[in-house]
Amino acid sequence: MLSKNYFVTRWGIIGVGVLIGVFAAFLQKWGNPGNMGICVACFERDIAGALGLHRAAVVQYIRPEIIGFVLGSFISAYLFREFRSRSGSSPIVRYMLGVFAMIGALVFLGCPWRALLRLAGGDGNAILGMLGLITGIWIGTFFMKAGYDLGRSRKTHTSAGWVLSLTMLGLLILMLIFPQIQGQDKSGILFYSIKGPGAMHAQLIISLGIGLGVGFLAQRSRFCTMGAFRDLILFKQAHLFSGVMALLIAAFVTNLIVGRFHPGFENQPVAHTMGFWNFAGMLVAGLAFALAGGCPGRQLFMAGEGDGDAAVFCLGMITGAAFAHNFGLASSPNGIGPHGIAAVIIGFLFCLFIGFTMRRKAL
Amino acid sequence: MGKTIDARGFSCPQPVLMTLDEISAIGRGEILVLVDAEAARENVVRAVASQGWQVTDIQSDDDDYRITISKE
Repeated sequence: MLSKNYFVTRWGIIGVGVLIGVFAAFLQKWGNPGNMGICVACFERDIAGALGLHRAAVVQYIRPEIIGFVLGSFISAYLFREFRSRSGSSPIVRYMLGVFAMIGALVFLGCPWRALLRLAGGDGNAILGMLGLITGIWIGTFFMKAGYDLGRSRKTHTSAGWVLSLTMLGLLILMLIFPQIQGQDKSGILFYSIKGPGAMHAQLIISLGIGLGVGFLAQRSRFCTMGAFRDLILFKQAHLFSGVMALLIAAFVTNLIVGRFHPGFENQPVAHTMGFWNFAGMLVAGLAFALAGGCPGRQLFMAGEGDGDAAVFCLGMITGAAFAHNFGLASSPNGIGPHGIAAVIIGFLFCLFIGFTMRRKAL
Repeated sequence: MGKTIDARGFSCPQPVLMTLDEISAIGRGEILVLVDAEAARENVVRAVASQGWQVTDIQSDDDDYRITISKE
């Protein structure tokens, strides 16, 4: 069981970062929206739309990448005997952290993965998003140093750890039963965007294949875009950070080669130029990811490994996406939504409340 | 044998923080760290090495890891 796992070495995590960066950039070439080869927040938002949890017609599609992330991690965890069914570490808190993480991300228009890909595509607005993300994580590290924690999880029945993976399998089956019909916004019970980002996607088999590969590699390597900055700030340890930098550089080089690097602030794909709110949205998201112990991708991978609390966080994010679009909280390329500011403030206050009140008293 | 840190059920970075807290509290000696996830084991081992401590033993029983760390 203690055999060497090369993916957790320095070169292992760099290799995984490079692969994710290259494939994310290619997904954009193969049909995914601009600078959105992989965006966990955007793709979960599209899934919420496809299920009709929100009715923003331009962002409705069951993203096979997300399905692949969870199932790839599930397969890897079983192959390498790392599947551990566990839950019970403040699930309701994690759920609400997921809700506000998603709302913050949708004010910026992207999760940390997409912030990196936007940067790699030349979108200058992502600089403010990245600064917000790092600031949010930095605030989170103060809580951690002061003894913040969400309590222990407990081992539970194996089947409990399967639930999100089975849910993802169910979504895949729904996609096969109700496939997209050209020019129609609905197929059976599923909504499909006919224009906008939700209409832009690589072929199902490509998206699913890359998703499975990324899920597998990320489970092995513990790849995490939040942990990268957290460990750097908290422990001055650059292990995960080197993987994230590898993703950024690999996506940047790939964009250069395929002619998709367009530096600037204006008219960037699925982005707005309201700098402060790009910063503040990502600050709330970064803080929420830090308090929940993982970026949105890592939460999916942990859920695949059997972590029921991470699965609850993912469901919180999908719910948050529904709120964001039903209540006018999400931004659009025109700028922030009518109630985006209120949502960012409430999200920030919620994170502070949790950070200040949930402390480890006794080991 | 020094203090035992039971970090089972905690997700990262808690096991590392708990270990580093104890390391800075006692300075040198021996600590037994209990974790129940492979990722936690890796992170504790990595963090301990950066503090100049040594991992002297890792026992795996069932789903748990018993990591013994020490500094002369």
